[in-house]
Amino acid sequence: MAATLLVSSFVIYGALYLAPGTPLAALSGGRNLPPSAVRVLDQRFDLNQPFLARYWHWLTGVLHGDFGYSVVHQSNVSTLLGQELPITAELILYAGLLTVVFGILLGALSALRPGKVDDFVLTLTAGSAAMPAFVAGIVLIIVFSVDLGWFPALGQGASFISRIRHLTLPAVSMALAGFALIARVTRTSMREQLQNEHVQTAVSRGVGYGQIVRRHVMRNASIPIVTSFVVVFATLIALDPVVESVFSISGIGGTLVNDALEKDIPSVQGVCLVLVAAFVVLNTVVDLAYRVLDPRLKGRT
Amino acid sequence: MSTGLAPGLAAGTPDEGAPALSSTRRAFRSIGKLGIACLVVIALTVLIAILSPLLTPDNPNLGQIGEVYLPISTSHLLGTDGQGYDIFSRLMAGSRDSLLGPLAVAFMATTIATILATLAAWWRGVVDTGISAMTNVLFAFPGIILAILAATVLGASLTAAVFALTIAYTPAVTRVLRSAAVTVRNQTYISALEIQGYSSFTICIRHLIPNMSALIAAEFTLLFGFSMVDLSAISYLGLGTQPPASDWGVMVAEGQNGILAGHPGEALAAGITIFVIVLAFTLLGERIAALGGVDYRSTGSWLSMRSPRRRMAAIEAAAPEASA
Repeated sequence: MAATLLVSSFVIYGALYLAPGTPLAALSGGRNLPPSAVRVLDQRFDLNQPFLARYWHWLTGVLHGDFGYSVVHQSNVSTLLGQELPITAELILYAGLLTVVFGILLGALSALRPGKVDDFVLTLTAGSAAMPAFVAGIVLIIVFSVDLGWFPALGQGASFISRIRHLTLPAVSMALAGFALIARVTRTSMREQLQNEHVQTAVSRGVGYGQIVRRHVMRNASIPIVTSFVVVFATLIALDPVVESVFSISGIGGTLVNDALEKDIPSVQGVCLVLVAAFVVLNTVVDLAYRVLDPRLKGRT
Repeated sequence: MSTGLAPGLAAGTPDEGAPALSSTRRAFRSIGKLGIACLVVIALTVLIAILSPLLTPDNPNLGQIGEVYLPISTSHLLGTDGQGYDIFSRLMAGSRDSLLGPLAVAFMATTIATILATLAAWWRGVVDTGISAMTNVLFAFPGIILAILAATVLGASLTAAVFALTIAYTPAVTRVLRSAAVTVRNQTYISALEIQGYSSFTICIRHLIPNMSALIAAEFTLLFGFSMVDLSAISYLGLGTQPPASDWGVMVAEGQNGILAGHPGEALAAGITIFVIVLAFTLLGERIAALGGVDYRSTGSWLSMRSPRRRMAAIEAAAPEASA
């Protein structure tokens, strides 16, 4: 994981030097700067030093919480991150909660009620997984903001209640894809358990239906379901910039897109690094979880 | 038909008593009605994209003053947008970039991944370790975030997005295909060919890769769908296809301006088009994988195919004896 993070940071930092023209032009976005500003930039970004020294300086800065300076925002990137990160974290947690609750509910329903209910859930999840998040967002705005007027279409709100109202539609549009995953995983693993001998034995012993489902089916089916939570959170991170842009939310994702359009390289680097680090950590957790929970995978790559 | 990953073998030795079918007809039969419906949708879209300059009812880039936000009518099948463009014509014109981008990503990523996977499975040892280490590191980047980074440094364009997504998706596909290649590699007839003195190159090209062909085709199809989701999102953000060119993602973004004023037509038309095409590609990809003996559904869902670990688990389930 450490190696992956190191290489990722190198790619993110080094990408700046793939830009056509000088790093100075890339940093200023091609604008003409007075010589005093050029000197400031040279000093701030160590442009007079060799590449590896600059990278090292940036990396050690990042490890101390210093992500550099954004020329466009005229502010430290870490300050910007500090303002935006809570909104994004709230959105991702909200979306994750919706995903998990509705995914497990519908998956269990689908596993326990074969036939029409099952078919309905399968169709619903197939559709929701093929729905790109930004299209889902647009459709939700059309239906619930413009037509019904239930939820605001833009922004993130200030008070707690207002924040929840503002983040509901974005969270739902992010949750659609992951919800399909959780529902299908729940359905499959519960079905497997239902066919197991210990469940059949419990049925023949006359144990109550509710108790069988809670004690024997849900408990054993929970391992794959829990590992898929992590996959869901990784997906939510990747979707975050798009969904925040649809709803004009100023979390780190929405800002990332604006910064990319404005070519604000230090800010883009900072946000990318945070998102990729979160993604790497989650992926590592999945790998570890698979290994711990499924001993058959031990010793394999 | 329980020959696991070797549909080529299965087609060569039809089940006893079953009428001998050509392998194409067999394939058509096993992807089912839904699979054929998906194929038809895809074929029609591709045809429209190729012929769009001849077909477009109205000039997609010629607005009519005073014809802004016209409702659906016989002269404008889907109405007009905020600039007086005919939405149906814009959809057809936009289909080119919308399909070319995913085609390029899927083609490049599957080709590179097939080569890497074959090399890793064939030579194992250092080659395998090296390729695995590389895919592990690159694995860290979600496609969209890499594309945003690429757009920042290289400038926003469809080409930059296509390259970024290719880099982001290749490791995942390589991992999946490597599992399949190892399974085929471990089969006895491959050792038999080696003993007979056939060169590695011949065995790989004539036996190993053809026996993975169903899975390679499935990866290609699934990747087409996935990258269409990502590329349309990138275009929607303004970081992909640039004006005056247009694609469906750009249309959703343009249409968003009309939504708050009560004109959702353009955004809806483009959004639903993306949804239908992606659905067709993913369902078809899943069917083709089933043709190769790999059941993606049983290992969870369909969306979980975005997680290559689950796909590898499906492949290993198809060939448990080869996993040692």
